[in-house]
Amino acid sequence: MLKLTNINKTFGQHQALKNINITFNEHETTVILGPSGSGKSTLLRSLNFLERPESGTYDFDGTVLDLSKHVSEKDIFRIRRETEMVFQNYNLFPHLTITKNITEGPVQVLKQPKASATENAHALLAKVGLAGHENKYPSQLSGGQAQRVAIARSLAMNPKYILLDEPTSALDPELELEVLKVLVTIAKEKRSMIIVTHNMAFAQKIADKIVFVENGEILFDGPKETFFHSDNQRINDFISAMTFTDI
Amino acid sequence: MHNILQYLPQLLGAAFKYTLPIAIISFVIGMIIALITALIRISNKRGFVLVIKAIFRFYVWIFRTTPLLVQLFIVYFGLPYLKIAGIAPDGIKLAPFTAGILTFSLNTGAYCSEIIRAAIIAIPKGQWEAAATIGMTRRQALQRIILPQALRTSVPPLANSFISLVKDTSLAASITIIELFEVSQQIAAANFQPLLMYSLVAIIYAVFCTVLTFIQGYLEKVTSRYTIA
Repeated sequence: MLKLTNINKTFGQHQALKNINITFNEHETTVILGPSGSGKSTLLRSLNFLERPESGTYDFDGTVLDLSKHVSEKDIFRIRRETEMVFQNYNLFPHLTITKNITEGPVQVLKQPKASATENAHALLAKVGLAGHENKYPSQLSGGQAQRVAIARSLAMNPKYILLDEPTSALDPELELEVLKVLVTIAKEKRSMIIVTHNMAFAQKIADKIVFVENGEILFDGPKETFFHSDNQRINDFISAMTFTDI
Repeated sequence: MHNILQYLPQLLGAAFKYTLPIAIISFVIGMIIALITALIRISNKRGFVLVIKAIFRFYVWIFRTTPLLVQLFIVYFGLPYLKIAGIAPDGIKLAPFTAGILTFSLNTGAYCSEIIRAAIIAIPKGQWEAAATIGMTRRQALQRIILPQALRTSVPPLANSFISLVKDTSLAASITIIELFEVSQQIAAANFQPLLMYSLVAIIYAVFCTVLTFIQGYLEKVTSRYTIA
């Protein structure tokens, strides 16, 4: 279980997160929605310490960290091993082959033997539909393929939580579909995923829980059925804007 | 017409005995200094490291803002007058070759540290974040992810520095090293053919440096093979 209590994060004068309280359960898919600049990416990035909130409590499976105090590198590295981030622009390592991109973490960080890590990487590539691309370099891939490699790279670390920061925002609809299919498969395996996205149809399909963030605050946190049939005016406006129903 | 080609063996002898060894040894040492300097300067550690950072910044500043010839003179002609009680009571007297290597290494190190530092800084932040998210320490991220990419983009400017260094070794003539240019001066003084002698020596430098540009091209190809789709 991943639980944030009273989280605050400011960038200069701008308060990106205002006293956030939220719990992410294991084995369910949480989708974070909200307008641009609402703080949803900051919230996600705070979960594996790519952003450091100034105050609040971070509870990871009983490891409770007070963010207003110094957090030890050891705790951060431990949490990062359990939480993998998939980025909007993939951030694959351009100088490594696709297989090496995936084995780098398991071999260097988890100290797995190279042979078994490579075997596992090939299995993961097959799973995301990229068998036969093992020895290519990232520059030889389409965006959709690159993002699927990034997903395989995160799965290779066997994390408790996979965090996805607008994973398909840089892709055209056809390539987006390739990636979404993979994510739906992973969601069905009851892995714990936390996804920031603008794709409402995808959110509706994959989410167990929806979190709606605006102006650094959580306006909604509950089951997707409740969200998509809400009587809250702001939520309904957001949904109709995102699904172009008013055009 | 004077047959100036008769001097070629003598000139090449000096080139292979002094010019190229000074350039190569200084560049290797300079690269080590450059890498260490760059890594210290990008360190995000606090405390004592800040003092070390300031020292390295001062070093880079002083070698980049003063002429190489003046640096050579200070090290070779000046240091003998630097008397330190207990360590060097009679001043620091260096052999010409040693003084040359020392100065060229420090000078190259200062310039190349800026090249490497800039290349590291230019790597997108996302690469650091991707390394962090798979649990790498900063050191692992540098070694495995950042430096290999930074060194690739450093190849052209570093090769440029090496080519400059090969030509700058001609300044070693002024601290009594009998390198390529010094030998050509001696011959020109004896045969009264300065135009021919200095043109010949220019051609020799040009040939060496042209070979280096070919090596640079090869290195660029090898280190960037992953960008060819």
